[in-house]
Amino acid sequence: MQPFTTLTGIAAPIDEPNVDTNQLCPTRFNKTPRGPAYARVLFHDLRFDAEGKEKDFVLNREPYRRAQIVVADRNWGCGSSRESAVYALYEFGIRCVIASSFGDIHANNCFKNGLLPVVLSDEAVASIRAQIHADPGAAMTVDLHAQTVTDPAGGVHRFTVDPVRRKCLLEGLDDIARTHQYAERLAMFEDVYREERPWLFDNPR
Amino acid sequence: MTALTMFEKIWNRHVVADEDGEVLLYVDRALIHEGSSHAFDKLTEQGRRVARPHQVFAFTDHYVPTTGRDKGVEGIAVPEIRNMVKKLHAETAKHFVTLFGIDDPRQGILHIVPPEQGITQPGLLICGADSHTSTHGAFGALAFGIGASEMMHVMATQMIWQRKPKTLRVTVDGALARGVAAKDVILAIIGRIGIGGGAGHVIEYAGSTFAAMTMEARMTVCNMSIEAGARAGMMTPDQTTFAYMEGRPYAPHGEAWQRALALWKTLPSDAGAAFDKEAKLDAAQIAPMVTWGTNPEQTLPITGAIPDPRSADSEERRAEHAMALDYMGLAPGTGMEEIAIDRVFIGSCTNGRIEDLRAAAEVARLGRAKVPAWVVPGSRTVQAQAEREGLDRVFLAAGFEWRDPGCSLCTAINGDQLEPGERCASTSNRNFRGRQGTNGRTHLVSPAMAAAAAISGHLVDVRNLLS
Repeated sequence: MQPFTTLTGIAAPIDEPNVDTNQLCPTRFNKTPRGPAYARVLFHDLRFDAEGKEKDFVLNREPYRRAQIVVADRNWGCGSSRESAVYALYEFGIRCVIASSFGDIHANNCFKNGLLPVVLSDEAVASIRAQIHADPGAAMTVDLHAQTVTDPAGGVHRFTVDPVRRKCLLEGLDDIARTHQYAERLAMFEDVYREERPWLFDNPR
Repeated sequence: MTALTMFEKIWNRHVVADEDGEVLLYVDRALIHEGSSHAFDKLTEQGRRVARPHQVFAFTDHYVPTTGRDKGVEGIAVPEIRNMVKKLHAETAKHFVTLFGIDDPRQGILHIVPPEQGITQPGLLICGADSHTSTHGAFGALAFGIGASEMMHVMATQMIWQRKPKTLRVTVDGALARGVAAKDVILAIIGRIGIGGGAGHVIEYAGSTFAAMTMEARMTVCNMSIEAGARAGMMTPDQTTFAYMEGRPYAPHGEAWQRALALWKTLPSDAGAAFDKEAKLDAAQIAPMVTWGTNPEQTLPITGAIPDPRSADSEERRAEHAMALDYMGLAPGTGMEEIAIDRVFIGSCTNGRIEDLRAAAEVARLGRAKVPAWVVPGSRTVQAQAEREGLDRVFLAAGFEWRDPGCSLCTAINGDQLEPGERCASTSNRNFRGRQGTNGRTHLVSPAMAAAAAISGHLVDVRNLLS
């Protein structure tokens, strides 16, 4: 996994609340193998018409075509568990989404793919979006080490992030390596557990 | 002794390790489907094997066609879709994972088959490659959906890293009126708490309304917990649960059944267990519900009218409502029963079980479909039982289509989809933009309400047809 440390880049404002993962990646693209093709998938049906021509959508406008940060509203990424929603964001170039709340599964999927979901207050995300609308293309900084977002006006917003997840992102650590340290504990757990619930491991009738 | 919730009891029993609140949990069952190809790709990329193949169950549901199934996988016309099914068959064979394949007499949706087979049991921790895995919580299990990376991790280790969610108790008491179904209850709950209302929480459904429900009705409720933003939904296992499970192929038998019962009876939340949040509804107040917008919280009783965005309580809500109405092609003030529909879909992991089909058939008997109406059983087992009961003949006589099992129009990736602009009364679980096909319009309803819409040509209060 690509580490995430500090990111300074263009932020795109997405004002709509409750952006579900069907919008980020329409279902018919789920079968696409992971790769650069996902860049076009992001918000596909809001960005392109039936002929494949661009529609008026924030991510089709300069400078937001080059955005690395999304500043959204509340409940970003609700709905389906599809990880392809994260692949679409990532291949488009997005490395951080700032929202006042996230769909749980989508937030987990972001962390597992080197994309940082940042939770700030409703007021903070609204105020940052207003700043971006007033000055499109202004740079913002997200510092995972310091756990701060610096908005275009220079305002600093602290955010909290789970310490283990922070470490994994900072170092680009893979979960499985961490899990394998517990192989012995798993063996002990399973010994007791199989004794307690043997029927779970029987063949069906 | 601290009083514990059912969720805490199950969580605690599955902890293998704890790193500063990031907890490594043991997974009893992993449920996957054709769309889990990304997880298999990651396994292959890293040269890993499935650690506990007997605890991973694979289902062909998302991509299988719902017609022409006599030719099996070779009968799938679209190569890309055929390859998804073939790939699952190949990957599961390679990793010795149990597969309910396209030709299996038990084939069906991953939230319908495991309960039928007894794979879903109280007290288990179940992870599924699909957000509606919350369905299995109806048995008193902790069950939730995960993405491809997490599923790859589960397959490689049989464990998952999680942070402990909070708990929300939703209490509904009282009897439901005739014509009001489990689907209406969960839509009313989502309408009340919102699609973000359960975020970061596991819901425990409590109260006499749920205690009186059948297992299938409970599954409908738990299924849509994710639509309230919740990580999972659960209900207390009781005699209804045990009676449903007894004798199923994967359920314990003989002496093991007695041992299992004793364990299951320790699961219910202790009296006085504390929940982080509470919500209450009165069953008597719940009418048949219909969604009018583009997310499941945008819902109203069938007796209502489309709200005016100008009456919303904030600028952003006004914009959100206006956008939803624009997409749905609806004007404020329109009565719900005035909304004409083009299509009807009865099926999905929410409402594709035998009781759902019985409820729809009861209404279908009263007339003839005025618009194309599909009935898609959730599994071969449901399909066979419906055919034994003659429900297929009821539907066919009323001009409905009787199809083969799968996710079908709910996920709209197997070729079944709405045409742009088409309006569908659907028993599925999501009315998001494009969910049932690009620019398709979806109104979520119960099976009886969907059948009522089919024979009326518009949304209609099923209670008036049944009286």
